[in-house]
Amino acid sequence: MLAWTIYLSFAGALAARLAPSKQAARIVALLTALAGLALSLIALAHWHAGDFITVTRVAWIPQLGIEYHLAADGISLTLLLLTGIAATAGILFSWNIEHRTQEFFAFYLVLIGGVYGVFLSFDLFLLFAFYEIAIIPKYFLIAIWGSVPRDASPENRGALREYAAMKLALYSFAGSALVLAGMVAAWSFSHTLSLEALAAYPFPAHFQMWAFPLVFVGFAVLAGMWPFHTWAPTGHAAAPTAASMLLAGVVMKLGAYGCLRVAMMLFPRGLDPWGFHVLGLGSWREVFALLALIGIVYGASVALVQRDFKFVIGYSSVSHMGFVLLGLMTLTQIGLDGAVFQMFSHGIIAGLLFAVVGRMVYDRTHTRDLNELGPMRLAHVIPFAAVTFILAGMASIGLPGFSGFIAEFQVLLGTWRAFPWMVFVAGIGILVGIAFTWRALIKAFFGERESGAAGHHESCPPISLPEKCGAVLLLATTLAAGLFPQVLTNLILPALNSPLFRGLQTGAWR
Amino acid sequence: MTQNAVPSVSWIVRNLWLIPVLPMLAAGIGALLKAAQRRLAATLAIGSMSISLVLALIAFADALSHPVVQIVNFHWMQFGDQWLSLGWLLDPLAAVMLVMVSFVGLLIFIYSVGYMAHDDNFTRFFCFLSLFAGAMLGVVIANSLLLLFMCWEVVGLTSYLLIGFWYHRPAAAAAAKKAFVTTRVGDLGLLLGMVWLYAQSGTLLFYNHGAGCLEQGAVAALAAHVTIGGMAVSTAIGLLVFCGAAGKSGQLPLHVWLPDAMEGPTPVSALIHAATMVAAGVYLIARVYPLMSAQALAVVAWVGAITALFAACIAVAQNDIKRILAYSTVSQLGYMMLGLGVGGVAVGIFHLITHAFFKSLLFLGAGSVIHGCTEEQDIRNMGGLRRFMPITFLTYAAGMLALCGFPLFAGFWSKDAILHAAHGWGLSRGPFYLGAIGALLTAFYMTRQVYYVFFGERRTPEAAAEAVVSQHHGEECAVADPHESPSVMTWPLILLAIFATFLGFVGTPAWPWFQSFLAGQHVTFSFSGFSEPGLLSLMATSSLIVVTGLLLGWWFYGRKPILHPTDPDALERLQPSLFHALADRLYVDEFYGVTVIALTRFAAAFSAFLDRWIFGGIVQLISWIVTGLGWLDFSADKVLVNGGFDLGCRELFVGGRLFTRLQNGRVQNYLRVIGIALVVLVILLLWGRLG
Repeated sequence: MLAWTIYLSFAGALAARLAPSKQAARIVALLTALAGLALSLIALAHWHAGDFITVTRVAWIPQLGIEYHLAADGISLTLLLLTGIAATAGILFSWNIEHRTQEFFAFYLVLIGGVYGVFLSFDLFLLFAFYEIAIIPKYFLIAIWGSVPRDASPENRGALREYAAMKLALYSFAGSALVLAGMVAAWSFSHTLSLEALAAYPFPAHFQMWAFPLVFVGFAVLAGMWPFHTWAPTGHAAAPTAASMLLAGVVMKLGAYGCLRVAMMLFPRGLDPWGFHVLGLGSWREVFALLALIGIVYGASVALVQRDFKFVIGYSSVSHMGFVLLGLMTLTQIGLDGAVFQMFSHGIIAGLLFAVVGRMVYDRTHTRDLNELGPMRLAHVIPFAAVTFILAGMASIGLPGFSGFIAEFQVLLGTWRAFPWMVFVAGIGILVGIAFTWRALIKAFFGERESGAAGHHESCPPISLPEKCGAVLLLATTLAAGLFPQVLTNLILPALNSPLFRGLQTGAWR
Repeated sequence: MTQNAVPSVSWIVRNLWLIPVLPMLAAGIGALLKAAQRRLAATLAIGSMSISLVLALIAFADALSHPVVQIVNFHWMQFGDQWLSLGWLLDPLAAVMLVMVSFVGLLIFIYSVGYMAHDDNFTRFFCFLSLFAGAMLGVVIANSLLLLFMCWEVVGLTSYLLIGFWYHRPAAAAAAKKAFVTTRVGDLGLLLGMVWLYAQSGTLLFYNHGAGCLEQGAVAALAAHVTIGGMAVSTAIGLLVFCGAAGKSGQLPLHVWLPDAMEGPTPVSALIHAATMVAAGVYLIARVYPLMSAQALAVVAWVGAITALFAACIAVAQNDIKRILAYSTVSQLGYMMLGLGVGGVAVGIFHLITHAFFKSLLFLGAGSVIHGCTEEQDIRNMGGLRRFMPITFLTYAAGMLALCGFPLFAGFWSKDAILHAAHGWGLSRGPFYLGAIGALLTAFYMTRQVYYVFFGERRTPEAAAEAVVSQHHGEECAVADPHESPSVMTWPLILLAIFATFLGFVGTPAWPWFQSFLAGQHVTFSFSGFSEPGLLSLMATSSLIVVTGLLLGWWFYGRKPILHPTDPDALERLQPSLFHALADRLYVDEFYGVTVIALTRFAAAFSAFLDRWIFGGIVQLISWIVTGLGWLDFSADKVLVNGGFDLGCRELFVGGRLFTRLQNGRVQNYLRVIGIALVVLVILLLWGRLG
């Protein structure tokens, strides 16, 4: 049944493209997203801890051992839920798109369908195919409906959008190239691309030692790993609101999911020590943990000095995705659980932050410059946006009660076992995170009124109903995950302990 | 969530969670109310708080009959391969705190009905206040460091919201941000301590039938384990936890946010920044006391003592009625930490409880004064108010005497217990002397404040009055005579005054009921408690210190009425005539007084300087460094990473251009290429044949 999330999205895309009116396209899109979410929720309701559901499994290209194999374990389902929620919220927040509306929602739903496909694929080739399908619509969403700084000259606007879109696409494809190379190499050993079979296949250790970093980096590019992260802030900032929400909320998770599902699951021996040290680093695990840690602190510190509101959030995504990668590299059950939890949590919270910045603020004020927003004192003009941003900011900095805390706390606990000193450095990242969130909050919403400040915001349209629904949906999700984390850990932990990941379940796993 | 309540615990322990949940529920409903539903909002908040108080009293009675730790734990989530449990507990410490928080909270809720009556956001105010009270009660009953931390952060959040309640004032928004960020710095220490504790002991439950992290086994294991620098793990964890406590409780050097927090409405200052939230840090240390090693406690004691004196010095030189009280709060929190460090849980918590009553009384009194004087906060513009506001004056005087530690008032007994413990501390006498000097200054600055506010003639110059005409009650700006506050505000004052006067008698040396209750022992009444060596002479000394402080205050501010707001402070005037005074009166007492006060003056100025320039400077410096690093990273991104990317793209592009030249559609070129390829192919084939 879960396969229908994919088919419905593609069908919805077609229907939205052919819809007779803009309103019809919107409604089609919303219904499609809601249906996807409902399917995931039904699966959740019927889920038993440790389930592994095979949805479809038919031979596709038998000569190459390629199957059309859709299946879901707890990790997949967690991310399907995330996709459903983020997609629904994204449509609610793009209700005001008037420019080529039908096409917008068509591209949007293709992207969603691709994402669902990646999370459901249990064949490496299929996963790769869906992964590529998801990249294409991102390019068009940014290049056609993207947002640019207000001071950009008219002839420059298209170029800026295309720069960001092209940058994102090129980074993605460069990552895919690495993944493709790893995939071909793996096939040359096993002559099958079924993930289950590959996970059980005893690849030689020296092969894993170079295939792992290849594939891991390939996916980590899309997860915003430092220093391959710069596509993220540019791309996030240039994308229309809904696309930013999807980019940060779901697409970055594709990368992290690939790191876990492909690189780590297939080549676990690649994480073993090299047996020698370079610059004090003795394994790929330590290298990537360090890069993740740098990303946490670096992303936060860059976010601290941005003038562009969207860039603040864009860089914060880099910082928060660092927690995902750090959690993965702890190789402890609790750290990996935290990493997957953080994927879900960040998907929701980043979506919310981008919704406030892109939809509630930018679409009304037409500026993202924090220094220009200050004098408008938006807290008085659109208090709903201010309150939403306060709550989203709280969730983002890991305030207990919100999902971010559970995620970061687990990652920190795992890190404590693996690399104790990193916990303190990550702590600095959290502190800087508080600083930039509050700086942005005060600057954007609670600035001082300047005499003679532009008064056009007085005519701000009020927050519309779809926006309110979207904000409430996302806030409720992050609160629910923060207060009842068991719902998600019940999905994630048994999946991590399944035989699929047996290569990782050694050493400090417990 | 599965609940595995032990059947043996009593009804009230099983339902203890209701105490924090009821106010939170009221907050939740309050959030949905419309701004116009004022009466309903207030009724909900006060009603839920009353029920919580009743339940707290029942819990207190239960703790009286079973003075042991009673717990209820439940599974919350799977954490790695084990279950993470949360739970609540009832022991004498929690019971005392429950009653104090809910009682003081209820009085302040009632008072707020009067104080906030004209505010547009009355409904929202009660929503936040209820949320705060619920979270604070949650901190008190948490049986897990994690649950405590969660409530602790909600407390911080509501504090942030309430400090910034009048967010249209930029100062309030800035103060709220400062408070949140500063306390979060401390909280990071607490978080790290929590991670460490969990990694070491595998549990965050305080008590769990022998398996909790505060129980014998875990504590011994933590103390035996040694980490960097030969420090026991328990010391390291204790110090990290103390970071969190220092942030919340305004200890040096994290105290900077507390005076600024006075931008919030006065009931907020009374409830959050005097009675309850700032005491949460002290409570946290008391709660994890078994974890605190001797070294960690020594740090707590020294930090507390230095804070106590430092803040008292600053308080001498302040002119804002709430700021004086704020610095005084910082100073008193220092005493509590000192008490915990040198004397144990009972000593510190006793002062916490008495302080909660007399300090909230003082803040509410100050609020009444501010309310009566149309939002005036500068004590130089007040004066003579005792005739206009007799109830406020009398209750304020009781609070002031309690704070100074005037014999038989509540503060006397609790502060004396701290000084007594500090006097007997084995490691050093330093904290005792710091505390004693602090006591002198406390009496002095409070006398100064009371003389400025309540005595003499009224000093509201027209100009000043017009300048300060209320910012948020813009309509009623006529310069009227000060008026006594409505009874909804004075009744809480009277109740609190009674407690501030008499509460100390539950913990006198002759009848140390409070201390015995916390320790779970039976108590007997006997005057032999006073016969402990050195106790009486110490009490006499501290009384003498207080009286000296009061007299000094009278000498400078009470003898001659202060006539004009612009008159220089008595101390200011005195300083240049230091030698005259010496030559005229060679009384040794006076001589001491003058030198001590000159020194004090200097110390106050110096401390203010430290506060403003050194601590502020350090913060500034760090922020510059961090900002600088941010810029550095950003430019690295811009120039190196992006530059590299762009360059790479350009290369690709140029490369592509090169290749396009091959595909330019000219048939002869294609033919040429095909020809060359054919030749190469033939050569290769021949080569293979020959080879």
